[in-house]
Amino acid sequence: MSHAVTTADVKPSEPAPAGTAPDYIRIDHFSFWYGASQALFDIHMDLPEKQVTAFIGPSGCGKSTLLRNINRMNDLIDGVRHTGDISIAGHTIYDPHIEVTSLRKRVGMVFQKSNPFPKSIYENVVYGLRVAGVNDRRTLDQACETSLRAAALWDEAKDRLNSSALGMSGGQQQRLCIARAVAVKPQVLLMDEPCSALDPIATGKIEELILELKKDFTVVIVTHNMQQAARVSDRTAFFYLGKLIEYDTTQTIFTNPGQKQTEDYITGRFG
Amino acid sequence: MTNAPDNRRPRGEAQVWLTAMGLAVGIAMVSSLIGVILWNGLTVFWPKSVQEWTVGSGSDNRQVIGQVVDVRTNRPVGAAATAAVTELQVFTANKQYLGQPFGFIPAADITAVRDVPGVLVIERWKNGTLIGTPQAVSLPGAQPLSATAPGFAGAVAAGIERCTAWRAEGEHLRKHEIGALARRQEQIRLDLLRAPAGATAAIKSRFDGFQAEIERLTAQAVEIEGRMKGHELALTIGAGAQARMITIGLGEVVDLHAPNELSLVGKTGVFIGRLWSFLTADPREVNTEGGIWPAIVGTFTMTLMMSLAVVPFGVVAALYLREYARQGPVVRFVRISVNNLAGVPSIVFGVFGLGFFVYVMGASVDWLFFPGYDKPVFRTGGILWAAATLALMTVPVVIVATEEAVSAVPRGMREGSLACGASKWQTIQRIVLPAAVPGIITGAILAMARGAGEVAPLMMVGVIKFATELPLDGEWLETDLVPFVHLNQKFMHLGFHIYDLGFQSPDSDAARPMVFATTLFLILLVLVLNLGAILLRERLRRKFQSSTF
Repeated sequence: MSHAVTTADVKPSEPAPAGTAPDYIRIDHFSFWYGASQALFDIHMDLPEKQVTAFIGPSGCGKSTLLRNINRMNDLIDGVRHTGDISIAGHTIYDPHIEVTSLRKRVGMVFQKSNPFPKSIYENVVYGLRVAGVNDRRTLDQACETSLRAAALWDEAKDRLNSSALGMSGGQQQRLCIARAVAVKPQVLLMDEPCSALDPIATGKIEELILELKKDFTVVIVTHNMQQAARVSDRTAFFYLGKLIEYDTTQTIFTNPGQKQTEDYITGRFG
Repeated sequence: MTNAPDNRRPRGEAQVWLTAMGLAVGIAMVSSLIGVILWNGLTVFWPKSVQEWTVGSGSDNRQVIGQVVDVRTNRPVGAAATAAVTELQVFTANKQYLGQPFGFIPAADITAVRDVPGVLVIERWKNGTLIGTPQAVSLPGAQPLSATAPGFAGAVAAGIERCTAWRAEGEHLRKHEIGALARRQEQIRLDLLRAPAGATAAIKSRFDGFQAEIERLTAQAVEIEGRMKGHELALTIGAGAQARMITIGLGEVVDLHAPNELSLVGKTGVFIGRLWSFLTADPREVNTEGGIWPAIVGTFTMTLMMSLAVVPFGVVAALYLREYARQGPVVRFVRISVNNLAGVPSIVFGVFGLGFFVYVMGASVDWLFFPGYDKPVFRTGGILWAAATLALMTVPVVIVATEEAVSAVPRGMREGSLACGASKWQTIQRIVLPAAVPGIITGAILAMARGAGEVAPLMMVGVIKFATELPLDGEWLETDLVPFVHLNQKFMHLGFHIYDLGFQSPDSDAARPMVFATTLFLILLVLVLNLGAILLRERLRRKFQSSTF
């Protein structure tokens, strides 16, 4: 598949909405190691609030690692360590006084492979609320409807909320995972190649959804699909071998990249 | 002639045949095992016809009446031996009169065979089975009724029915009412032991009051059982010159049937009746007669208690090992040790159970809960300690199965849960455990199957040859820590029952068919327990089937 992106694909960069922080997520000289091997080298970047930031780069470049650090999902792996800091809205995510679970309630995540729980659609959506201790039926019903509407799944799912989530199609399952992530009303939504296992129609639906979601959430998306990055993101960061090569508005990256490596990658000359 | 197929050699791989042969041998072995046990176990209950053999000829002959059990051919050893000798093994019953219930007849000496008309096979509470031809029945207040008279069979059946009811009534009095009084009296006796010297008189008089009540009830039981007197059946046993007339009380009879007069339907009825009474009756005559009900209840209760102990314990341990413990040399060592526990001979667990559960834990329980008792309550073998010992023995199975089931839960599902803000325990509880339940149940099935069939360790921690009381009988005893479950009671077990019948029985010929019948029901019991668990697993598996694209 060609990585070549025509100028027509690139959505004109919108400025961040008024009153939003341009440095909502601040990644501050962040380096990261799996055991002895270093995966990220001194990453320094600011991600604006209520905009979509795309991480692109060839496999193994560290973009997923960085994404998974924003909600400390990498803590689950033995033998990892980091230097530097990541902060969201001015608060470090490594604050020892704050439970990592409360961070993850603020920073939702959607994974590459859709991972609905073997429960009903309803229970999948309200899972985050249930673990947070919400058991009031009315609140849950309302959150379920709102989240499914937000994930553009309500019309398809409303009549079978109590049937198993595993009976849905791949695209529906992925949107269900998005609904599950937004149900807890996070501030940030991390998406790790959310469309890589989906067909073009399902991908299109999710992309539309992302553009809709950024009204309420700050979205960070990792993607291998150049067109996708161009279509949905406001800012794009290109990573290579654990280093941040270039980070700018999507329009600049795709039309006038500052680095030779970036240009080579987005035009499909390597990667 | 280069590309022509080589038709001299068969196509395909020889390994296919090898593997298929392995499976075929396995299937053959399992099905023949089940076949042998089914055949030997079930034919015991089929009513066999009673025959009379005339052995020898002329004035020298004698008659033998009985049922053929076996035909065996012996090839005598030694220089003089030439031909094989075929013998019939015959169940003659009437041990009381003949000295032994089995006999051998050389087939070559038989000069005549006939079916004995009207003969009865009578199972009795004591002194073994009788085979005899009925002559007359006498019931109190009625003229004796000849066997040829109409209504004879009905009169016998009615007499037996009445006697059985009286027997049951008497037994109920003795076992339950007198038993309950005796237990309360025992409590008073213990109070008496602890009472200060001045206060004994009042307690003593209460004790005597109970004693009087017990004696009154005992007398009542004796009176009820005395009503059976006068219900008598006269029979001829033996044949020819050895024939003699005897009279038995109908109260002695458990059951009787006339095998030579039965149709196929009648025989099936007798078969089902005998099978049923084997399942539901207490053993008699040093376990060689009667049923296996206490052993079934004992095995079932013990296995269930063991599962209740082993599953939560094993699951919790495996969760820590897999989910929380830092994977390293220590955890690896623990895991290897757990796996090795599965290979320790079971008798070792029996010794441990005796040394730790009975002597240490049992003594502590007695000290804590039963301080005044002068007899050991939990300080001796019992069903609780047997279940605990087997639970310990089978815990590696559950740990290994749980660890595998837990680690098979997809990583994505855990991450999905954690990303929703769930804590590690919430993830385990709501996502990992439900998905792992089918695997955990598989482990429990394996543990149950192993536990139910284990005999050696049980002999050290609570199994006995004959138990009159069941571990579960709806009575709340003073020594029960859990209502209605007599945790401290010794119990019978099907596996031990088989061993006991096979090796400890005074009459091995009588016990042999019982060995097969008991084995059959041990297998059936394990099957029933496993089937229950498998059904549960299938239901859960349907509920938690994993995600597929």
